[in-house]
Amino acid sequence: MTQIELPKYSAKDFATDQEVRWCPGCGDYAILAAVRKVLPELNHRKENYVFVSGIGCSSRFPYYMGTYGIHGIHGRAPAIATGVKAANPNLDVWLVTGDGDGLSIGGNHLMHTLRRNVNVKILLFNNRIYGLTKGQYSPTSITGHKTKSTPMGSIDHPLHPISFAIGVEATFVARCTDVNKGGLNILGDVLKAAANHRGSAFVEIYQDCNVFNHQAFFYATEKDTARETTVLLEHGKPLIFGNNRDKGIRLNSTRLEVVSLDKVKEDDLLFHDETDPALAFLLSRMHHTQGLPEPVGVFYRINKPTYEDMLSEQVEKSIASRGEGDLEKLLHTGDTWTVGE
Amino acid sequence: MNKPATEAVHHTGTETLESAVIRFCGDSGDGMQLTGTQFTTTSAIFGNDVATFPDFPAEIRAPAGTLPGVSGFQVNFAATDIYTPGDKVDVLVAMNPAGLKTNIADLRGGGILIVNEDAFNTNNLKKAGYSRNPLDDGSLKDYKLYRIPISRLCEESLADTGMGAKAIGRAKNMYTLGIVYWLFDRSLEPTIRHLTDLFAKKKNQPELAELNIKALKAGYYMGETAEMFQNRYVVPKAKLTPGKYRQISGNEATALGLIAGARLAKKTLTYAGYPITPASDILHFLSAHKNYHVKTLQMEDEIAAVCAAIGASYTGDIAVTGTSGPGMALKGEGIGLAVMTELPLVIVDVQRGGPSTGLPTKTEQADLLQAVYGRNSECPCVVLAAKSPGDCFDAAVEAVRLATKYMTPVILLTDGYIANGAEPWLLPKVSALKPIEIKHPTQFNAHSDEAEGEGPNTYWPYLRNENLARPWAIPGTPNLEHRVGGLEKAENTGNVSYDPLNHQRMVDLRLAKVNKVAQDIPPTEIQGNKSGDVLLIGWGGTYGSIHAATERLLNHGHKVGTVHLRYINPLPPDLGDIIKRFRTIIVPELNKGQLIRVIRDRFLVNAQGINKVQGKPFLIAELVAEVENFLSKK
Repeated sequence: MTQIELPKYSAKDFATDQEVRWCPGCGDYAILAAVRKVLPELNHRKENYVFVSGIGCSSRFPYYMGTYGIHGIHGRAPAIATGVKAANPNLDVWLVTGDGDGLSIGGNHLMHTLRRNVNVKILLFNNRIYGLTKGQYSPTSITGHKTKSTPMGSIDHPLHPISFAIGVEATFVARCTDVNKGGLNILGDVLKAAANHRGSAFVEIYQDCNVFNHQAFFYATEKDTARETTVLLEHGKPLIFGNNRDKGIRLNSTRLEVVSLDKVKEDDLLFHDETDPALAFLLSRMHHTQGLPEPVGVFYRINKPTYEDMLSEQVEKSIASRGEGDLEKLLHTGDTWTVGE
Repeated sequence: MNKPATEAVHHTGTETLESAVIRFCGDSGDGMQLTGTQFTTTSAIFGNDVATFPDFPAEIRAPAGTLPGVSGFQVNFAATDIYTPGDKVDVLVAMNPAGLKTNIADLRGGGILIVNEDAFNTNNLKKAGYSRNPLDDGSLKDYKLYRIPISRLCEESLADTGMGAKAIGRAKNMYTLGIVYWLFDRSLEPTIRHLTDLFAKKKNQPELAELNIKALKAGYYMGETAEMFQNRYVVPKAKLTPGKYRQISGNEATALGLIAGARLAKKTLTYAGYPITPASDILHFLSAHKNYHVKTLQMEDEIAAVCAAIGASYTGDIAVTGTSGPGMALKGEGIGLAVMTELPLVIVDVQRGGPSTGLPTKTEQADLLQAVYGRNSECPCVVLAAKSPGDCFDAAVEAVRLATKYMTPVILLTDGYIANGAEPWLLPKVSALKPIEIKHPTQFNAHSDEAEGEGPNTYWPYLRNENLARPWAIPGTPNLEHRVGGLEKAENTGNVSYDPLNHQRMVDLRLAKVNKVAQDIPPTEIQGNKSGDVLLIGWGGTYGSIHAATERLLNHGHKVGTVHLRYINPLPPDLGDIIKRFRTIIVPELNKGQLIRVIRDRFLVNAQGINKVQGKPFLIAELVAEVENFLSKK
């Protein structure tokens, strides 16, 4: 095959003529801009991208991408994406979902897509609220959250998306925020890392719903607090955070604790290892409300064969060992007999 | 064994029969399904027409010896064309008291009853609810009872093999089959071949092949030497259409048809399913034929299965999902998405008794309304129904053809009866199967005013052709990037649209497109009279019973005509004219009246129903009686 030179794309090539209809000030805009900016840098053909989504604010995403796309039904995007990948493993399939779509109605599909390691990039916009249905609590809403459907406060215990992803055998798990005024704007880098991972990549994005759950993640995105309440994960490096990078995370027995770098040497801090699922899970339980910064970056990254590769391999193996199926032969399989004139 | 073909010929105790119905029954662990299918294959290879009815419990191993644990297999084999497994049983083989108790009512008076005497012990009698041994109390005096100590004889004949008691015990079904083979003068060869293939080749247990073959032969010789039976019976070859045949079940034929459809379209077949009785065999069969460019996805649930199929369809594969009634209910929203996105999709529904979990292993035709109407809003699909095991092949090919030609979901209804039942199938000539033409666009198809220049400069995913089908551009095609989805689409451009008049047009268009399929429906065949007193309208798996009942009604001198519908939605365009030519319209269905509602609604005709919901097919006699009852009221 002759290598055809790839056109040089810009963010504009990934836009559509459709008016974007998210509320002004919604965190989704920043994510859309970041995705449009990152794709041209990946050197993949535009016609090979397929954006798949379910239902919810985030799920309108495909309509705003100048690529192939399916706006599916509530919660089922992972299954649709699995079908796309199964049919054509060469496509770059991205899946956009939210905390309701992905973790409530679609939790089952998300679980199985991750465990199968279907090579799709899954962006879960977590705003801890149902936006499109006008403000009911979601599976990630904090207990006690007062909404229209929970006037006395939510009695549900929230789900931790990262813990979920690690628990269901995802091979790439990361977190970032929609915007970041504290200088930790890693969204583009995380998207690129997800794109370059061969397998299911799960990215939780803290996203601000400025209408129904405004400022839910301000602690993690604002100038003064971002570096105090989040910690950047870097493979092989110690966990250091704080506006003055003066604090670190240390493992004390099976618990994580914040230590001051005045008193503890860097070498005694916890060093991040992307290949350790137990560590990844431990990190996924860190909450700023409990005095621990919430990790952003890549929690976990390992290599496993992808679903669609193994699926295609079985077809190829079957053809190699039994020959390309011949319809005539197939119909005549088994005991046959001839009735004469 | 009714209706001898000629005067019964008695020489050296051989009687010639036109047809015979045998039912093997016993515990679900007794191997009755294997015994039945072997007798069927042997008879088919011999040249009989055959029809079968396997009947087994939903439980894999219900408690041994109990009534719910009984598994049965009925085969009708004949020297003439037959259409059903038979109303009444001529020969009942009962391996235990529970089998006898649940099946004896179907044995005709004077019929042959073969029992494994050894199984009629106190414990088994009690489990079956017999207070006295029916073999001794005279209750079976209307039948020709043969009490054979099958367990003991089988054990004795295999004693020198050195095999364990368990393996020997399990071979008694082959011993029994040997007896029946002798009784009906059948060759042992096909079964010997099968046992060798099954045990020696596939399972690498040649000693088990040898054991079972020995049991089979021992049973046969027992029949020959014991001088127990007064007669042997011969059912001569049937005069079937010349050609090459094989035995086929409906699920196999459906799977073969799907593969054939995809091959005819030169496409990969992607089948996404979730295990469900009685549809799982389609998934199994396809999974074993990946070298035909078949990808099978066992998804996490029924919803995921239909959605994965939609994803594969968008990407350009022949996409199919298969299920049964409860799964259909779950797939409803997904099918709606396929209707809205106008993607080709085949949904196979192997119907079973319901509602809810219902009767998983028993047949019913009660999903018709679900198929036609069972989705939110105005959501038309093409609905087809297969009429017999072999017909599932043609129906599946047709489903693939229509789905891709009209860019629409097609629901194919089969049922547990034809899915598991088998019949001789005249193999189609592959060269005679019409290729399925699919063109994925690679060029712009429309002119957008916003762009400069003349000629096509954009791709409109909802621009329609003469069949009202939209184009099927697939991901990977440069410049034709487009989005589909569940929100209402603007005519032509496919952009999201909430415009009231556009919605009206799109709803109308989707309906008009499905109705267009009527142009592909061949003229409706009428069995019997082309006009007259009664028109029977059937659909799906009841074909055999209705066809045979019609023959009988015609023989009785009634002015009856019968049509059997393959196309449920849309209905055949000539059906209205046919209906007008008959005084009474009768719709027999294995439900409480579903097609009849569609017929009444469409043609404003006072149709009458014959309805049965017992998890069993119609008997010919009951249909004849019901129709004659209608006729007598006139």
